[in-house]
Amino acid sequence: MQQIKGFFRKKTFVFPIILFILVILTNFALQYTNLGPEKFEKRFMFLLDNNIRGFLPLILLAIAQAIVLINGSIDLSIGNLMGLVAAFLVTQYALDDSIARFLQVFIVAIGIGVLAGAFNGIFVSLVRIPPFITTYATSFVFSGIAMWILPRPGGNMPEVITTFYRTTLPLGLPMGIWIILSTMLLWLVFRNTRFGAHMYAVGGNEKASFASGVSVIRHRMLVHMIAGLIAAFAALALVLVTGSSDPRIGGTMTLDSVVAVVLGGTPMIGGIGGVVGPIFGVMTLGFVRNIVGFANVDTWVQPLVDALIILVALASPSFIRLILKQVRS
Amino acid sequence: MNKSIGFQLPKKFSPPVIALTLAVLLFVASSFFLNTNTSLAGMLSRGQTIINITAFLGLIAAGQTIVILAGGEGIDLSAGTTVTLAAIITAVVANKTDANLPIALVAALTAGGLVGLVNGIGVAILKIHPVVMTLSVAGVTMGTILAIYQGAVQGGAGPGFNQFVSMPFKIGNMSFGFTGAVIAWIFVSVLIWFILNKTRFGKHLFAIGVNREAAHLSGVRVTRTAIMAYVLCSVFTAFGGFIVLGYIQSVYFIIGDGYLFPSIAAVVLGGTVLAGGEGSYWGTMIGALVLTVLDSILTSSQVEVSVRQIVLGILLLAVISLYGRQKALRQ
Repeated sequence: MQQIKGFFRKKTFVFPIILFILVILTNFALQYTNLGPEKFEKRFMFLLDNNIRGFLPLILLAIAQAIVLINGSIDLSIGNLMGLVAAFLVTQYALDDSIARFLQVFIVAIGIGVLAGAFNGIFVSLVRIPPFITTYATSFVFSGIAMWILPRPGGNMPEVITTFYRTTLPLGLPMGIWIILSTMLLWLVFRNTRFGAHMYAVGGNEKASFASGVSVIRHRMLVHMIAGLIAAFAALALVLVTGSSDPRIGGTMTLDSVVAVVLGGTPMIGGIGGVVGPIFGVMTLGFVRNIVGFANVDTWVQPLVDALIILVALASPSFIRLILKQVRS
Repeated sequence: MNKSIGFQLPKKFSPPVIALTLAVLLFVASSFFLNTNTSLAGMLSRGQTIINITAFLGLIAAGQTIVILAGGEGIDLSAGTTVTLAAIITAVVANKTDANLPIALVAALTAGGLVGLVNGIGVAILKIHPVVMTLSVAGVTMGTILAIYQGAVQGGAGPGFNQFVSMPFKIGNMSFGFTGAVIAWIFVSVLIWFILNKTRFGKHLFAIGVNREAAHLSGVRVTRTAIMAYVLCSVFTAFGGFIVLGYIQSVYFIIGDGYLFPSIAAVVLGGTVLAGGEGSYWGTMIGALVLTVLDSILTSSQVEVSVRQIVLGILLLAVISLYGRQKALRQ
């Protein structure tokens, strides 16, 4: 019994995966019949492809948020940071633009993401303002700049690129799956580096890490920059699906990213967790929303249901903990 | 004590004093800059107008001050929707008459208290981070409003209530040019001063703000005090929403949204420490004054919303960089 408990404590992603499997089965059962008389594999692949592509921006944001949270910080600007990069991405093209132009723009976009992350990092680590208020303030700065670049929803992406992203299935699997798998692989390598180990150490105990020679300031700064970098990729994943952007799109995704991380078993106390859980957290959240969508809820009631899902998702780990405490005593 | 902390403000320049100086400077400078009437009488009347407008933000930021003082990274990001909720309830219950106003007030404050209770339970018992908890409660509140009213709210403030909130308040024939909203603000500020400084709850609030562990060991019921802080916060915020409705008369669904960020900025500008346990409501009142002066400058120079957001965000960062810094690790 003790061993089982230890396993669940250490592998924070186990519970989220079980939840995820339950949700995905219900979801596919509901969506499946809507697709007409195609072959099973084809229908399954279609669903997987569409769903994953829709979830990918939030998945990347949740990964960024998870890294920041493991480090003992928080980033409430991450959604607006993505919105800023997305606004930049969709305002740089004429209709006949080439792939070379796209690459140029994308490199600048990544630079913007990293720079914005560094801006957060400077205030959090060098100036030492609590992260939740720093990033809350910068979220207004970022969304202000986004609205300045792109005053109303619109913009465009080169069609060559969006079509490529939507239709290519390397080795028969959707692009989204490959991106997720490679991120997981990168994470496995990353967390075993010195930097990765320090990330957990700083998140677990800042003072002790400092005392044992970790440069906490530089480290936290870099973590916020990495979060900005990942958010820039999230922006790309977003505009490749929609082909345009909305300056306010990121606002609600910040809360979603935190909820996904919590749902994925990474607590907000720092020093524990990983990014595999949050990936499944996002998918669980997305599939639950899909299921609610199938229930044909009135459009006026939809926001309430959505908000309640988020509240329940946030509260469930604490409820489980409280119940376990009751059972033990 | 903190020798290596670097730049620090001398003790006698307390944040509220700096904020007050800033407000006066901004006000005087803007009077010349914006080509308004710069005679003494003109300045006085403009000052009165500014204070009359500040009352709304000042009232709404009262609750925010209480939760931030309670510490534990406490903050209320549901303040904006609480204002909207209270305004809508007041509009519906009062239904453009003055007869139902007392019932409307009670209903609005009760609804606010409920929101605060949910926030408090989530933060203090379920240990959800205040930012995330209050943000999701804001979503639930807005969702509930939309689900009930389906986009169309009938009703509004009665004529007498509107008169009271937006016209100069008179005692007999005497008037100082301040509206009923300012009178309500003064009333609330005295009430908060009393709660914070003269009651046992106030002492406990500061105690849990400084150090929860120590407060717990000295017999303070930490969880109960923290929940109480959130409840009081939302009740005061709801009162702000009630007064705002009297001013705007009819209600819309984002009536409170614009108050959220300024309410936090006002608290910070007023020198209340974000870590909790240190600060005052009169600081917040002056913080609200600075923000209102700034807003009037931005409005009359026709700055776009996007630029206004950038300015406010950077202002908040700059202010906290001045006096909200945490201790360095090297100590």
